[in-house]
Amino acid sequence: MEQSNQQHADLARKFNGNESRVNWHDETLWWIRQKRDKIVWQVPEWEALREAASQIKHHVLGNLADYLEEFERNAQQNGVTVHWAADAAEHNRIVHSLLQQQGVTRMVKSKSMLTEECHLNEYLAEHGVEVIDSDLGERIVQLLKEPPSHIVLPCIHIKKEEIGELFHKYLGTPEGNADPQLLTHAARLHVREVFMSRKVALTGVNFAVAETGEFVVCTNEGNADMGAHLADVHIASMGIEKIIPRREHLGVFLRLLTRSATGQPVTTYSSHFAKPRPGQQMHLVIVDNGRTVQLGREQFRNSLKCIRCAACMNTCPVYRRSGGHSYHTAIAGPIGSILAPNLDMKQYADLPFASTLCGSCSNVCPVKIDIHNQLYQWRQVITQNGHSPAAKTAAMKVMATTLSQPKVYTLAGKAGRWVLRNMPWLVNNRLNPWYKQRNMPEAPKQSFREWYAQNKKQG
Amino acid sequence: MVCTKQKTGIEVHMSSRNKILSAIRSNKPGAQPLPGITGFTAQQPDTERFVNTLQSIGGRVVRVRSFEEIIAHIREAFPEGTRIISSLPQLAGIAETGWSNAPAHSLENVQLAVFKAQLGVCENGAVWVTEQDIVQRAAAFIAEHLAMVLEESTLVATMHDAYLQLHNQRYGYGVFIAGPSKTADIEQSLVLGAHGPRTMTLFLV
Ligand code: SF4
Repeated sequence: MEQSNQQHADLARKFNGNESRVNWHDETLWWIRQKRDKIVWQVPEWEALREAASQIKHHVLGNLADYLEEFERNAQQNGVTVHWAADAAEHNRIVHSLLQQQGVTRMVKSKSMLTEECHLNEYLAEHGVEVIDSDLGERIVQLLKEPPSHIVLPCIHIKKEEIGELFHKYLGTPEGNADPQLLTHAARLHVREVFMSRKVALTGVNFAVAETGEFVVCTNEGNADMGAHLADVHIASMGIEKIIPRREHLGVFLRLLTRSATGQPVTTYSSHFAKPRPGQQMHLVIVDNGRTVQLGREQFRNSLKCIRCAACMNTCPVYRRSGGHSYHTAIAGPIGSILAPNLDMKQYADLPFASTLCGSCSNVCPVKIDIHNQLYQWRQVITQNGHSPAAKTAAMKVMATTLSQPKVYTLAGKAGRWVLRNMPWLVNNRLNPWYKQRNMPEAPKQSFREWYAQNKKQG
Repeated sequence: MVCTKQKTGIEVHMSSRNKILSAIRSNKPGAQPLPGITGFTAQQPDTERFVNTLQSIGGRVVRVRSFEEIIAHIREAFPEGTRIISSLPQLAGIAETGWSNAPAHSLENVQLAVFKAQLGVCENGAVWVTEQDIVQRAAAFIAEHLAMVLEESTLVATMHDAYLQLHNQRYGYGVFIAGPSKTADIEQSLVLGAHGPRTMTLFLV
């Protein structure tokens, strides 16, 4: 993603320039959050599952080196070539060298936030390699020359009419047609050609099983499988934290992942890759890129438990009203605001302040990361490191920009819905005054309370 | 390779692998035991739930008693001359069965692929197959339409129960398939048929 010097508040203000679009974005994400709730309530043991997932991940972090070695050993025995990359640059070089070995300059790629984090597409483009993203949402933002704005729903910020225009231009769909069915079918035909002609396919990894050396990739579209099964070479990129000990633990994580992400019971495909096909090469690139540093930060290491479901984004009142691009980092939203400062504390000093610390993220996180608590703690660390004043001001501006839109809630009938959408913690906490319930009532409380009091008067 | 300068001034090369592993070892938290997950298993399967769930995610469920019924159903939906592939000898009359060595790309014009699944999961409508079941990995994805044959007796309640059966299975590739391929990337409108099969029919025996 293009790294910007602009801060979250400025970018959020830009996004808020179009009020009806912001409302639409907000409502769409809240709708997904509600779908999540509905399906979660059907699983009586949900809380026990979250606890188990969190503990399994904690156990893995305490034994990560051993599990990675076990995973490597088993993957190699399965005929998979394992590469290690200390940082994004090394990851990109490895992928490029694999492409060079094949003598190809074109590759198809399914969704991988890690490759976004590493800016792989840009790197390969500079080296004359064309990458086609095969996930529909990713293909759309790729054609728009934008980064994804959401880790699960890459083009959640774009209207179908804009996609209709885009596809008319690039794929020759009829002008003025914005029918999702037609547009999806056009993309299917377009990407099918890509699948049929690419020799190298790259996928992400959702889970890597130490015990068996296999890795699991989850998609709804089937694009990871189409790419990998039709290519001579399959490259899979994974962060070191994707490890789980045993195959049976997939039961826990696959039950949690998609319910949390989109409110579906499971993704259409949960593909378990253990060995290459006869004649096929399979490569795994295991990437650090700052993760071992985060592991050493005691108060932030829990963020490495993340399974990238995006539930924390869908529920976040700031994310919903500021848009993914306002976070100016590959992974937006609450979790991205914990991960990014680890990579560059100064550049991302604003992000932990782009939060109300309401705790709704922590409530929905399937691996029980104490997200809002970590955001609060980043504020302390950032302040101690002298990056704070501008960022603090930014935080105030965020509240002003993203949350105080009087028009929305002066309408009496809408008030209840507005509270639900924008202050989910009030509901979660059975309407207890929010400031009594919170764990961390420091600086941001003051400004938010002022804001709340003021706006209540207006309402 | 990453170069690190030691105190002696001698440059030593340390592979990224070793650098990562040693950084993990010095930065990791204290050990915490692995929690047991046996409490989640051994729930009762519920056919009704499986059928409803699969239908709710876009799958079609057809209850049958015999392969004759399956053949009749396929014949009704797909006219003669349609390219159908299968791994099931019982379907040899209507489907190609000798395509195991055909190049994967040559399956592109397959209209319907029919396979037998090993088990079905009631909580999410998914069925499990490995590459033995689908002959070629691409086959379950490249076909326009997919059909699976599943014995009702193989249903399990949850993913935990599924892995209880699969935890020792050896495969090069295996996949849970839950309904047809789909996307909702355009304004969250659900469209069936993204990059994989556009429909998924399950013959429940
Ligand atoms: S932090 Fe939790 S809720 Fe957010 S994406 Fe990661 S796993 Fe999902």
